[in-house]
Amino acid sequence: MVKEIERAGIPVVHMCTVTPISMTVGANRIVPTIAIPHPLGNPALAHEEEYALRKKLVARALEALTTEVEDQTIFEV
Amino acid sequence: MKLELGFIQIQDIQFSKECKVENGTLFVNADEVMDFIFKDDDAKACIKSASFDIARPGESVRITPVKDVIEPRVKVDGPGGEFPGVIAKVDTVGSGKTHVLRGMAIVTAGKIVGFQEGIIDMTGPGADYTPFSKLLNLVLLCEPMEGVHQHEYEHAVRMAGLRAATFVGELGRDVTPDETREFETYGVKEGMEKLPDLPRVGYVHMLQSQGLLHDTYVYGVDAKKIISTLLNPTETMDGAIISGNCVSACDKNTTYHHQNNPVVADLFEQHGKTINYVCNIITNENVYLADKQRSSDWASKLARLLDLDGVVVSEEGFGNPDTDLIMNCKKTEQKGIRTVLITDEYAGQDGKSQSLADADALADAVVTGGNANQVVILPKLDKVIGMLDYVDKIAGGHAGSLRPDGSIEAELQVITGATNEMGFNRLSAR
Amino acid sequence: MSYRVVHYINQFFANIGGEEMAHVPPELREGHVGPGLAFNQAWKGEAEVVQTIVCGDSYFAEHEKDAKAQVLEWVKAAKPDLFIAGPAFNAGRYGYACSNICQAVQDELGIPVLTGMYEENPGADLRTKVLIIATTNSAAGMRKAAPAMAKLAMKLMRGEEIGASCEDGYLPNGIRRNFFDKERGSKRAVDMLVAKLSGKPFTTEYPMPSFDRVAPNKAVKDLSKAIVALCTSGGIVPKGNPDHIESSNASHYGEYNIQGVERLTEETYETAHGGYDPVYANQDPNRVLPVDVLREFEREGKIGKLHDFFYTTVGNGTAVASSKKFAAEYAQKLLQANVSAVIMTST
Repeated sequence: MVKEIERAGIPVVHMCTVTPISMTVGANRIVPTIAIPHPLGNPALAHEEEYALRKKLVARALEALTTEVEDQTIFEV
Repeated sequence: MKLELGFIQIQDIQFSKECKVENGTLFVNADEVMDFIFKDDDAKACIKSASFDIARPGESVRITPVKDVIEPRVKVDGPGGEFPGVIAKVDTVGSGKTHVLRGMAIVTAGKIVGFQEGIIDMTGPGADYTPFSKLLNLVLLCEPMEGVHQHEYEHAVRMAGLRAATFVGELGRDVTPDETREFETYGVKEGMEKLPDLPRVGYVHMLQSQGLLHDTYVYGVDAKKIISTLLNPTETMDGAIISGNCVSACDKNTTYHHQNNPVVADLFEQHGKTINYVCNIITNENVYLADKQRSSDWASKLARLLDLDGVVVSEEGFGNPDTDLIMNCKKTEQKGIRTVLITDEYAGQDGKSQSLADADALADAVVTGGNANQVVILPKLDKVIGMLDYVDKIAGGHAGSLRPDGSIEAELQVITGATNEMGFNRLSAR
Repeated sequence: MSYRVVHYINQFFANIGGEEMAHVPPELREGHVGPGLAFNQAWKGEAEVVQTIVCGDSYFAEHEKDAKAQVLEWVKAAKPDLFIAGPAFNAGRYGYACSNICQAVQDELGIPVLTGMYEENPGADLRTKVLIIATTNSAAGMRKAAPAMAKLAMKLMRGEEIGASCEDGYLPNGIRRNFFDKERGSKRAVDMLVAKLSGKPFTTEYPMPSFDRVAPNKAVKDLSKAIVALCTSGGIVPKGNPDHIESSNASHYGEYNIQGVERLTEETYETAHGGYDPVYANQDPNRVLPVDVLREFEREGKIGKLHDFFYTTVGNGTAVASSKKFAAEYAQKLLQANVSAVIMTST
């Protein structure tokens, strides 16, 4: 899916937990997330902490979108 | 470790005033079994009502939604008891003697998650795809108490099924088995001395552990909390692993699959002939990448530590566990351990899509349980044990799956055990 | 009445000659010539080769357009139930001609086609386009090839469903088909491992695919002026799943307006995904689709605007081809809406 969006000409960042799959299928900008059932959150945290965590992840994704890449790149958080 | 299994062939199940196994017939007093189930506090708290029914091979019966399938057994000699750490106290099983009520199963049914449970047809095209159509099934149909959380209810029904199986298995204690077989693997040094010329083979057994309602238990331990570890093959055969999961019905391993793990059986078949079957390595399929990394590291590390020459790896489920499968394969192959994978496929209804979520060139020896997206039409059957309410929502079903004439159009996914990744069935794909 | 078949062969199998006669142009003959006899015998009267087209291999290669046009004209006039070509074994130009002419007949005339050749024949490159029976690499394999072709040909003429490639003997064509094998999977796995350990040949039941790559697009220059869209394969949908997106192998995607939505709440959104524990996503759908954070970034001016629509599918067991189609479709919508960057979340 990521690839089809890329193919259409729109830069796309893939936020996912299982980055090996993302690499195999060919996403170019990848941001690793927390866990499969809650990629952008962590139920173990207090609400504010969880929101801060999500904000950090999404900010990293925006960074990825504004960063030129030549090859598949994982933007570690 | 040596285990003796005594098989008592069950040819019929009948409701009766007393509970006994006589001349191949299981007589059950449903009330007595129910009393035993409801001695459990969780059952009392979570299960509003429960009833038993019998489904025989060839009958026009559909069982749905199916949660688990369990073979009744009883430990007659040696340490431990049935389902150690869950029903019996924790003690190492896999040695001594166990009686098996063969040809039958306890099936737990009723709504749990709704879209995660399966269908067992006792006749028709659906019956060809599930191994459980060939068994005499004592079905335990449960209904939840209002307001009970899904996962609490799942636990209660899981225990109810295991307790029913334990109760029924106990009836085989004093029955003389129709057939007795012995299974034995050796310690590391002992095996090398006894079978010096045979390649050393292990079984990497992946357990579904994706979280609440997608869990497997080993000696009562939630498998998502384990680090990959070793198990004697006979422990698996003796009830050490049970299913607690509600994933797509076609490729989840029921407790029956664990008790009768076909990879274990077929490795034993070659043990001492073409291979030296050393042990099982159990590993999990967690939702954190770090866990995937660690678990596959450990599985391959243990395989290397035991100087294995080859392993069979079986997956459970699909999607992100495909990555665990590929990671396990890459890491063992890179250590020079020849690897064969068993999986199933999600190639689309037209069979044209890539079958797995992940791939690697080192995975050059793969056995497939078939394409779970294949569409099947299951004709209306005379009797439904359970309810058809969830057929449209079930994984593999779609709005309109349940057709006005009572037939079901859905993917193989809905059928319990259809594309099993332990290789339980003959189904395959090319 | 029996089924009518037109057969295509080269100069060699028509007994015209070898390489020195490979230049002969297409020629139409009545009845069977060469291997057509073996087909007729296998069909026992239920089908029959009514015409045979003979063409030199060099002629086809050098005048492909003319040769195709001529053959198509004859086949169109004959209106057969099936067009069969070869078998070509390992003859490269013959194999090339067989699969290409088959593809032309199939695509342009809508007539079922079948050919046969060795797997390494260059013509076998078309295996995902036309059905090709696998043969040995020399004509000595005719005794096995002809009945195998005849058998699958009969299935095609009768309109029967074809079996898996290993059952019906055709080269794997990229379409996975289920069948019941002789042994159960675990036995096949153990046998495969024993073969692999002893260095004996074995055949994987699922060859690993190779995935194509798309070059990365240029980075976004100025996010504060950009419209950023959210997409997910985590199955987030409005509460009640109004479009009935399937919990597994979804047949469609959802497009939902989030204009004015500050954050996704438990009361208004949920997940339709059947592959993971839904509790966390249902409690707080922002854990999958971070609308709350992007709204904050929008207010701060970090991004120009969060796109008014989000696109959602269930990744669980959903065929790659379907996901591809969904994404290709909504990518066009995103382009039209001047979206300049996409965040895709997966579970």
